[in-house]
Amino acid sequence: MTSIAFRRKATDRIMKALFLLSAFLVILPLFLIFFDLLWKGAKELKWSLLTDLPRPVGEPGGGIANGILGTLTVTGLAMAGGIPLAVLTGIYLAEYGKGAFASVVRFAVDLLAGVPSIILGIFGYVLWVLPMKRFSAWAGASALAMIFIPIVVRTTEEMLKTVPVSVREGALALGIERWKTTLFITVRTAAAGIITGILLAMARILGETAPLLFTALGNQFWQTGLDQPIATIPLQVFSYAISPYDDWHGKAWAGAVVLILMVLVLSTVARLLTRTRK
Amino acid sequence: MKVGANIKDFLFEKTTALFALCVLGLTLLLFALLIRESLPAIRKFGVTFVTNSTWDPVLEEFAALPFLYGTLVSSFLAILIAVPLGVGSAIFINEFAPGWLKTPISFLAELLAAIPSVIYGLWGIFVLVPILRDNFMKPVSRALGWIPLFQGPVYGPSMLAAGVLLAIMVVPFILSVSREVLATVPQVQKEAVLSLGGTHWEMIRIVIGQHCIPGIFGATILGLGRALGETMAVTMVIGNRPDIVLSLFQPGYSMAAVIANEFTEATGDLYLSALVEIGLVLFLLTIVVNLAAKWILTRMVPGRAGR
Amino acid sequence: MDNAIEVKKLSAWFGDHQVLREITMGIRRNSVTSVMGPSGCGKSTFIRCLNRMHDLTPGFRMTGEVLFDGRNVISEKVDPVFLRRKVGMVFQQPNPFPRMSVFANVAVGLRFNGKGKSKSEIVEVVERSLRMAALWDEVKDHLDQMGSSLSGGQQQRLCIARALAVEPEVLLMDEPCSALDPVSTSKIEDLIEDLSEKYTIVVVTHNMQQAARISDSVAFFLLGELVEMDKSAKMFTNPSDRRTEEYITGRFG
Repeated sequence: MTSIAFRRKATDRIMKALFLLSAFLVILPLFLIFFDLLWKGAKELKWSLLTDLPRPVGEPGGGIANGILGTLTVTGLAMAGGIPLAVLTGIYLAEYGKGAFASVVRFAVDLLAGVPSIILGIFGYVLWVLPMKRFSAWAGASALAMIFIPIVVRTTEEMLKTVPVSVREGALALGIERWKTTLFITVRTAAAGIITGILLAMARILGETAPLLFTALGNQFWQTGLDQPIATIPLQVFSYAISPYDDWHGKAWAGAVVLILMVLVLSTVARLLTRTRK
Repeated sequence: MKVGANIKDFLFEKTTALFALCVLGLTLLLFALLIRESLPAIRKFGVTFVTNSTWDPVLEEFAALPFLYGTLVSSFLAILIAVPLGVGSAIFINEFAPGWLKTPISFLAELLAAIPSVIYGLWGIFVLVPILRDNFMKPVSRALGWIPLFQGPVYGPSMLAAGVLLAIMVVPFILSVSREVLATVPQVQKEAVLSLGGTHWEMIRIVIGQHCIPGIFGATILGLGRALGETMAVTMVIGNRPDIVLSLFQPGYSMAAVIANEFTEATGDLYLSALVEIGLVLFLLTIVVNLAAKWILTRMVPGRAGR
Repeated sequence: MDNAIEVKKLSAWFGDHQVLREITMGIRRNSVTSVMGPSGCGKSTFIRCLNRMHDLTPGFRMTGEVLFDGRNVISEKVDPVFLRRKVGMVFQQPNPFPRMSVFANVAVGLRFNGKGKSKSEIVEVVERSLRMAALWDEVKDHLDQMGSSLSGGQQQRLCIARALAVEPEVLLMDEPCSALDPVSTSKIEDLIEDLSEKYTIVVVTHNMQQAARISDSVAFFLLGELVEMDKSAKMFTNPSDRRTEEYITGRFG
């Protein structure tokens, strides 16, 4: 073997090794994070975590029950507003959106999708907290809805566009009105994909903290109304994490475990839905 | 469509259009509210807001340069680390990994993208920062402390910690976009190089050189857009000190972090307005970066237009 | 014998490109009319005018008259929905609705046409339609399986059953056999013959043997014009136009 051929061969080997190494380094943090979550969260992972209110420092026990309820409340509110808005917008873009107006809407959705979530917190604050002079679940939910909407608009549009024209034609040729064709045939055909998009967007807003810091604010107690401050798991994880107490650090890890489980369950369900579609 | 023969079809279309209009309206409202609330600060400080570096709530002197600096440096640092790793693993998955390995690796990378950022922050505070401090920053600072970039004293929370954590967070995006870019290379082109006796690496080098550089650049910009706006993880590890210091081992501050930390404490109207203006600057910055990325990628990856 | 559809000076354009030129013809009730011609002659465009399937195509417009039930149905004042319930269509590629069972596929027109039929009426219509489409015996034991799981030929008959279920007067078929194997093709051809006792059928085909086998009358299209229309026996033995003769003897097209 000549030395040039040898060098080429060697370079090839080295580069392959480097690519393998980079893939390894990309995945490594995932394992480290999961390991630490279980390791450091284990101590606090008790039943009371899910059923009890937070307790002051030093008192044993206590949980994040209010945060779990609050997370579900705020996420649910955001979705209740976001789903109709986003899905109908997606339908408009996919089924009717050919002109200039549709391009402007698409552009706006693109912009919105790239806006840092903390800025949507400012949105919720200015829209609700300033006029009401009070932090509230409404403010938090509006901020989350602004994250939720662009994701779902895009997936809805994309999924509807994967439905073949022949399906629409088949329905129209039966004398089914166009709006019924869209709602009951086209959307139905793409339903699994759209629901997957909704679940993934839900998983995303479930874990958001930044937009809730000065909208939902957090709460040590059970929520008393949607116009009042409300606790969420990410907010609790954050405030426990930056506290100076070891006791609370453990709670932060345990809360993180609960949060990641919720996210994982949602992503898995979403994944399974699209898999059975084939 | 004219009102035409079917009034229900007409109404349905207009209803969906109305919802689309609402989404457009919300986007405009966001923009309008940011501008309205920043106006007091814009009027008071003008351009000096982004050129000066005093942030003093007591004296009501507000300028955002240290935060802008921190955001840019931590994000660029993240990109510097994430791009080689992301592109490298994209090449590994697309070109070398055996079939059975491709799906699990990309699944794990997607999982990485799904982890909430507060969990990254938590892990950053308690695991990553101590590791970096004891095994990297301290020894490097001892040995190379005379270089301004590595000057001590080493605390732990720092620009470097923020950069590394951000890199871990944006790598999945760079990875998946890079895979899309790599997949656009026609198989024939690859085979052409191989058939001329090229090694696998030479094939990749040539093909990437010819085809993928702009697309990978687009992926990089997209990752940058993500990193710029990231809040929780950065807030938790960057150290939150509003100074411009060259050393990567020193604490810094970012735009998103200062909003996160001080918004509820902002007592005066001008204080609040200054924080919203930081938000506005961040908003414009990410818009420019994201549009640039989209512009590059739609030209590079056909069929990617919608995303 | 009367005509189910009367076409008068029908012209059509995609943008600036004229695809149909002043077509005038009558389509006889309860008979099979074939529309044939080389590809690009406008035959598919033509039958899609008859049930307004072009309505959603941007830049498409048409002039002239298509008289059905005494009304010019291409007028914008006529709701295409009602037209399409009377004038059904079967497409080139079988297109059963994905993620819907065989039963649901046939019932779909009834369910969404808002006629408010009862459950038992729907069951009855589905069975009758599947029998008419000669598919009943093959699917009666698994009506709840997905329509898309049937074979290509079965799918096409399912689409015919689906169209029949809304009880149209006219059935338009756009090259219904071009995606099918010979056995399925002959089943569909037999079916067309049976159905012509009750329905007016218009079939687009580029296959002359098929046109000769199944149709009572044949219309020959060339470059957007109707060259000639006649009884199929006459058309294939003694065409009046030289261009028709050249086409059927295989000298061009």
